[in-house]
Order: sequence, then structure tokens, then C-alpha cells
Amino acid sequence: MLPPVFGVLFDGLAYGMLLFVLSVGLSVTLGLMNFVNLAHCAFAMLGGYVTVTLMHDFNWPFLATLPAAFVAAAAASVVLERILYRHLYRSSDLDQVLLTIGIAFISVAVAAYIFGTLQQPIETPAFLRGAVGVMGLAFGKYRLFLIAVALIVTFALVAALDYTRFGAQVRAAVDNQRMARGLGIDVDRTFAVTFALGSGLAGLGGALAIDIVGLDPNFAFTYLVYVLIIVSVGGLGSIAGSFAAACLIGVSDIAGKYYAPELGAFMIYLVMVLVLMWRPAGLFGKR
Amino acid sequence: MSISASVTPQQYLQRQGRWHPLEIVFWLATLTPYVLFPDYLSLASQIAVAALFALSLDLILGYAGVVSLGHAAFFGIGAYTAGIFSKFVWGDVFSGLIVAGLLAALVGWASSFIVARFRHLTLIMITLGLGLLLAEAANRAHWLTGGSDGLQGIAIWPIFGVFNFDLYGKTAYAYSLAVLFVMFLAARRLVNSPFGLALRGIRENFTRMPAIGAESRAHIRTVYTIAAGMAGIAGAVIAQTTQTVALESIGFQRSADVLVMLVLGGAGRLYGGLIGSIIFMVARDQLSGVAPQYWYFWIGVLLITVVMILPNGILGGLSVLWSRWRKP
Amino acid sequence: MTALSMRGLSKSFGSLPVSRDITLDLPAGARYALIGPNGAGKTTLINLVTGMLTPDAGQILLGEEDITAVEPQARVKRGLARTFQINTLFAGLNPLEAVTLAVAEREGISRNFWRPLAANGAAIDEAYEILRKLKLADSCYQVTRELPYGRQRLLEIALALATKPKVLLLDEPAAGVPPEESGDIFEVVAGLSDQLTLLFIEHDMHVVFRFATHIIVLVGGAVFTQGSPKEIAADPGVREVYLGTRKHG
Repeated sequence: MLPPVFGVLFDGLAYGMLLFVLSVGLSVTLGLMNFVNLAHCAFAMLGGYVTVTLMHDFNWPFLATLPAAFVAAAAASVVLERILYRHLYRSSDLDQVLLTIGIAFISVAVAAYIFGTLQQPIETPAFLRGAVGVMGLAFGKYRLFLIAVALIVTFALVAALDYTRFGAQVRAAVDNQRMARGLGIDVDRTFAVTFALGSGLAGLGGALAIDIVGLDPNFAFTYLVYVLIIVSVGGLGSIAGSFAAACLIGVSDIAGKYYAPELGAFMIYLVMVLVLMWRPAGLFGKR
Repeated sequence: MSISASVTPQQYLQRQGRWHPLEIVFWLATLTPYVLFPDYLSLASQIAVAALFALSLDLILGYAGVVSLGHAAFFGIGAYTAGIFSKFVWGDVFSGLIVAGLLAALVGWASSFIVARFRHLTLIMITLGLGLLLAEAANRAHWLTGGSDGLQGIAIWPIFGVFNFDLYGKTAYAYSLAVLFVMFLAARRLVNSPFGLALRGIRENFTRMPAIGAESRAHIRTVYTIAAGMAGIAGAVIAQTTQTVALESIGFQRSADVLVMLVLGGAGRLYGGLIGSIIFMVARDQLSGVAPQYWYFWIGVLLITVVMILPNGILGGLSVLWSRWRKP
Repeated sequence: MTALSMRGLSKSFGSLPVSRDITLDLPAGARYALIGPNGAGKTTLINLVTGMLTPDAGQILLGEEDITAVEPQARVKRGLARTFQINTLFAGLNPLEAVTLAVAEREGISRNFWRPLAANGAAIDEAYEILRKLKLADSCYQVTRELPYGRQRLLEIALALATKPKVLLLDEPAAGVPPEESGDIFEVVAGLSDQLTLLFIEHDMHVVFRFATHIIVLVGGAVFTQGSPKEIAADPGVREVYLGTRKHG
């Protein structure tokens, strides 16, 4: 018989994996361009609502909506990047914060207008419902699926970064932008593509999140805080950092809720402030 | 561009600090609500508080370049302190104001050691994190703050023993306006002092400051402490005039709102926060009938517009128009 | 008396060494030039000496004092100043304000948040005098970002001079300045006090041979050679690495 702590750990890791998929895009784009995109979770929310719409109005199966969520969020990010973001690559942090908060506000209002303020439930496919019993503990099938998807994404990202030419360009630009430009790497284009991929992943995360945490118009801000914490704790531009930080935050949050509910979100904020004071660039960050 | 010999450098700098006629017009205009909008004095009082809060943020953001997403922490500390002070000590407004301001300044001073060490995203995250921490602490400390029910039992004495805080807001507005004006004078003095010049130096070029021997971190700590105290005073005034303190006064929404107000009016100009809060609060009051999420749609549009078109807010835009008009 | 010396100064970015075991001595009143091909590590050396970068190994001495662990702004207070190759100015301030700020910081006045700036007559007068000497007095009320480039370069020097340095490191003072305006800069450099120890990075060999009494050649982060202008001009190794085949001297 496994003690309940393993169940908590499992749930925490699954939650962490979800947060990882949501955060990794922001971490890489921040490390690449230092562009503070607080609208990141608005893309996640878009992915979620795409899934809801495709399933409810067009009867698409759940799994098929996942790539759609990815593509929709990536496409939206390309449009926004062309029209707005690219003018602000060299702007102050404040300007970037304000622009992207503005976009997030608009997305929340639009979501509320179209879908209403209530949570949107979806029916996950039958094979993902229920749990698998292992040594006396029930491991939710959906959570297993989540972990599997996150691991696939991680391997794909690491493979792309380490083994493709594009990946090498991304790593070079994250490491030293000026040098990369000097070598002839089109950093702006690299950023645009990375940004699209990162936002697409956020969209995917949003779609996956519906069954775990629910989807409502406030998603864009509620999870922004978690994502920002993971990105700053993990270190900008580091996939390993985001992975580690997401696991840390995911497990802390679930364990906290289970063992010490009076502390609430307190612990996470405290952990973040302490980590940042110790390592301002994050656990795996560079500068 | 030659300068006439009659203006010495010292005289030139003196002129920079002089009161412009428009400023006097502005302050006289703040008295008009008594005559023109007697039914809106409570709102006017809230606007004065918001303006003071925005002014305090301007000192760190507009002048020293510190982007804070957690400034409401000090506003909330001031509000809760003033409320609790009136509950357990006595209801005199002035002593409550001073105690609240001092406590907020103290917490500001303590956190300034952390804040002054960082820049860019790390700084934004730390201010956000500290703000969220304090908000969560206020939420959990039911026994002290009343948690999500708000602080109960605030008992404020009439000012000077005579002026009651009436329902029409006459006393409230006079009090908040007076506090705002006094704090404004202090802020104006600070901005026109050598310290104010140093802050502008930090904002204009952070890298150059150590190269001229400046202790930027010490300067940032000082202004952060002062701004925290000022925000605390703003919070105290709202607690005293409305005799309630809600959890929202310390939350992220409040930090975001004041940032919008300041940026709307134009940071780094002292009056930006004042103008911005007037416009924001009046607009919100007029549109409050409509559902809250639509209000945030327009705020979003506004933010994007300000960033793309009016990077220095309304005052910045006006000053560009003014200089274009003067040079044909 | 040695005004500034470096002993075994080394720095690497990851596996890329940018400064290798640099040992140099600047006597008081020196007029030394630091030359070398692009990427040789000249600006990096200045960054190490001023404290903007932390060395991996080595020592820096200002006069008798070891300043290796001293913070950048404290080094300035001890008399070590520098200018930047790329203008690092206060774009929204005018020259009077900028130089007054530097003077105020030096005198400790800038902590005062109660007295009006205009009341500090001595500091303002000193700032104006510095600007006058650098021929910036007639544009001292114009906001820095609107100044012509040559004037901005002069302001770079004015800011450094306002700290009353004993050692001044100039990073390509005339870089990018059109010929009509570069004369002013050279005049200013020539007119600097003999008490001031000067190290300047320059690419323009005419400037170097005109002003320097001693030249240090930096290649690949290490001191390649050093000597008098005549020696350097005649050195075939330097020619090969840097000067090309044109004759100088």
C-alpha cells in the first residue's frame, strides 16, 4: 500500500506538467528578447476556448482539438506580433508591461462577452476518465495523459533546440543577442517564430487545463501569476529551469492545499521572493 | 541657440522651479466641486485620494524608473493602520494619519533594500510578489483586518472636534483635498531638489550614474521609502473618510489601477497622476452602470493606445502639441 | 609615482578569454594610448578597471590603493573616471543639469531632498565653468538628445571631468564625430591638466601620434607590445597586426 503522500506528489507533478506547458513558451521568449509578454496566458485562454467551441459546436473529439488549440494560439500571436509587438522590442519594460496587460484586459472582456463568465465544462473522452489503481492509490488517467503530453513536448523542444539549425540560432540569440546578430542570425525572425511556437504551446496548455482547473474569462490573469513565478524562479530562456520550477511550484501548491490550507498561496509568493533574492536570474538563468 | 547674458545658470534653474500660472488655475479649480458638483463630493474625495496615491507612484516610477506592480501594499497598510488605530487608540484623524504614514514608510524602507537591488523583470516580479504576499497576509489575518469582510468598528472623531464626516462628503473632500495639496507641495519640493535631479538621472541613464560617483541604490531606497509613506497616507485618508477598509485596497487590482491612472496622465510630470486619476475615476463612475468586464475592455484599448501613440500620457501629448504650436 | 596599475588582470566569458594576464603601469601625468584591432578587448579592459566587470583574476591599484574589490561608484569617488565609446548621456536632461548632477553627487549634495536645486550656487557655477571650458556653454540649456553628435561627445568628457578625477580613461573620444567638430574634442584633450593621468582608446592614428607619449598595443586580449610612438610605428609586428602598410610618424 502506497502512503497518500505519493498521491499528492503525483497530483502535484501532473499540475506542474500543465504549468510547464503553459510557461515554457514565455520563458524562452523572455530569455530571447527580454520582451515582457503579460498577455501570454490570454493565448492559453484562447486555446481553451477554441477547444470548447470545437467540441460543443462542431462535435470534434477532444484529442483533435489539441492541435487546433495550438495552431489558433500560434496564429493569433503571429497577428499580434506583426501589428503591435514588433514595434516595442526595444521599448522600456513599462511600455511592454502596459501593452500586454492591455491586450490581456481586452481578451478577458471579449471572452466574457462571447462565452459568459461561467466556467466551461467539457467532456473528456471515455478512455481518459477514471483512474488506474496502483498499489492502493488511484492515479487519474487524465493526469497520466497530461504528464505524457508534457514529456513529449519537453523531448520535442530539447531535440529541436539541440539538434536543429533553428534551435542553434535560438540558443545563440538567448546567450548573446548582439553577437548573434553580428553572426548574421536574423534575431527578429527567430523571435517571431519562437514566439509563435511558445504561444501555441500556451494554447495547448489552456486546452489541457480545462479538465484540471476549469476555464473562465479570468484564466488570463489567474494563471499569469503562476506562470510569471515559474518563469522568474526557473530562469529566463531555460527549458530545464521552467521544468524544475514548474514541478516545484506544482508540488508545493498541491501539497500546500492538502497539508496546510491555512497558508494558502502565501508559500508560493514567499518561495518566489526568496529564490529571486538569492538568484535574481532564476535557478537556471543566465545574466 | 544663444542665451541672453542676463540669465545666469542659477536663475535659469530657479525659473524651472517656479509655479506656472496653469498650476494655480488647476488648484483653484479643485475647489469648484463645492459649487458645481455638490452631489459628487464623496466621489471628489475618492478622486483626491486616488490622485495622492498616483502621485506617490509617480515618484518611484516617473522619476526613478522603478516599475512596481505592488504599490497598493503601502496604500493598504496605511488604510488598515488608520482604521485599527481609530479602533484601538483614538479617533483623531491627524495622529492616525501620521502613524499610518510612518508605518507604511517603515515597511517601504524595509522592502526597499530588496527592491533597490534589482532591475527589469526581476524587479517587477519582486514588487508583484511582495504585494501579493502582503495582500494574502491581510486576508489571512482575520482577527486584525477582518479578512474578506473588511475592517469593522472604525470610529473617527470629528476634525478639530467640530467638523463631522457627513454623508454629503463636504468634510471628507476638504480633508482629502488639504492632505493632497500638502503632500503635493512636499513632492514638488523633492522633485526640484538636488535629490530630484539625481532621480531623473537614474531614470534617464541608469548606467551613467555609478560612472559619476552616484549611489543609485541609496537614492532608490530613499525615494521608495518616501513614496511608501505617501501611499500610506492616501490609504489612511480613504479609511478615515469612508470609515471602511476593504481587502481590495491592498490587492493587485488596486496596484494595476493606479499604474493605469499614472500612465494615462503621463508619468514623470507630477501632474500626470492627478490628471489621470480624475479622468479614470470620473469615467469609471459614469460607466459603472455597465457590466464591469466591459470597463476593462476600454481600459485595455486605452493602454494600447497610450503605449503606441501617446507614450508620455495625456500630459506628454499636450506638451508635444504645445511645443509644435509655439514653433510654427 | 604610479597613478594606475593593473597586475595580471584576466577575464573570460565562458570559454572565451577576453583579457589575458594584463599588467600595465600608468605614471602620474601620463598620456597613454591604447590601440588594437577590433575585438582586442580595449573597452573590456576599461570596464574591468572601472568595476563594471569583475575580473577572474588580477589586481587593480589606484595610486597606492588596491581597488579590485571596490564598487564602481566608489572608484569614481577615489578619482578614477571614464567616458563611454557609445554616448551614455542623460538624454532628457540638458548639459547644465547633467554636469550639475555630477558635481552634486561628488559633493554629497544630491541626498538633499528639501532644498531647491537652484539654491546650490557653488555647484551650479562650477558646472557652468566646466561647460564653458569645453565650449558647451552656449548650448547648455538645450536638452541633450537634441545636441549635435560632436557636442554630445564633449558632454561625455564634461561629465567625467565634473567628478574631479586623477585618472581619466577616454574610450574613443572622437568616435563617429564629423571632421568639422572633431577639432574641438582634440583641443579639449590637449588642454587637459598635466596633473591628470590619461589613457585613451583611439583608432585614428593621427590622433594617437599627436597626443600620446606612450602607446600600448592590445591584441586578442593580451598586451602585444608597448613603447614610444616612434618605436611602435617602426615595429613590424604591430604593422602586420594592425597598421597595415601605410607609413606613419
